[in-house]
Amino acid sequence: MIDTLLALATAAMIVTGGVFTLLAAVGVVRLPDVYTRMHAASKAGTVGSGLMLLAAGLHSLDGAILARAVAGFIFFVLTAPVAAHLVAKAAHEAGYRLTRFTVLDEMAEARRRAGRKRP
Amino acid sequence: MDAATILSAATAFSLFLMCVAFFLTVWRVVRGPTLPDRIVALDMLVAIAIGFIAVVAIRTGFSLYIDIAIALGLVGFLATVALARFVASQGMQPGEEEPPEGRRRRPGRARR
Repeated sequence: MIDTLLALATAAMIVTGGVFTLLAAVGVVRLPDVYTRMHAASKAGTVGSGLMLLAAGLHSLDGAILARAVAGFIFFVLTAPVAAHLVAKAAHEAGYRLTRFTVLDEMAEARRRAGRKRP
Repeated sequence: MDAATILSAATAFSLFLMCVAFFLTVWRVVRGPTLPDRIVALDMLVAIAIGFIAVVAIRTGFSLYIDIAIALGLVGFLATVALARFVASQGMQPGEEEPPEGRRRRPGRARR
């Protein structure tokens, strides 16, 4: 009984993680520019792989392994936004364009204002 | 249905989903069109590989795979940071950014 419940919980977590990963990949393929692709990859992709790690830790029924899996999950959740922010900032500074559907680019406006202040 | 059947079916289905995701992301790495696109797609490939490793850990019962997944996450983060620094120091290469999917007008306010 408890085995079946554990297997059901693990199965639900890994299938949810797989669906999140697939949606992230679809976003990476379909979205129009670097910044929107990054938004799909770093959020949905992190949740997908993190859910699978948590499922592997839960499946083992061992405190040490579960602790390692939770530590790995927290590490991914902490580092994915940092990496995405670094890539976005570097790409924006290097001059890669946003898509033409963009409605607001506050970073370019702030840079233009700073450039006008001290030419 | 016992526990082994549920787990086997779920891991097989999840591996299939991740295979599809993997090939879609590889298509983006090959296609580009710019260097940051490829960096983002490679970061996504690392995340998918971590998912693969976790599912294989469930399937085989070797919990040591979780440590491998953590190490791979570390290496992937460092690689992404290093590539971002490379883009920041190198700047955009001339002629790298062709208009994707044909019809793009001048995005006037998006440029600096």
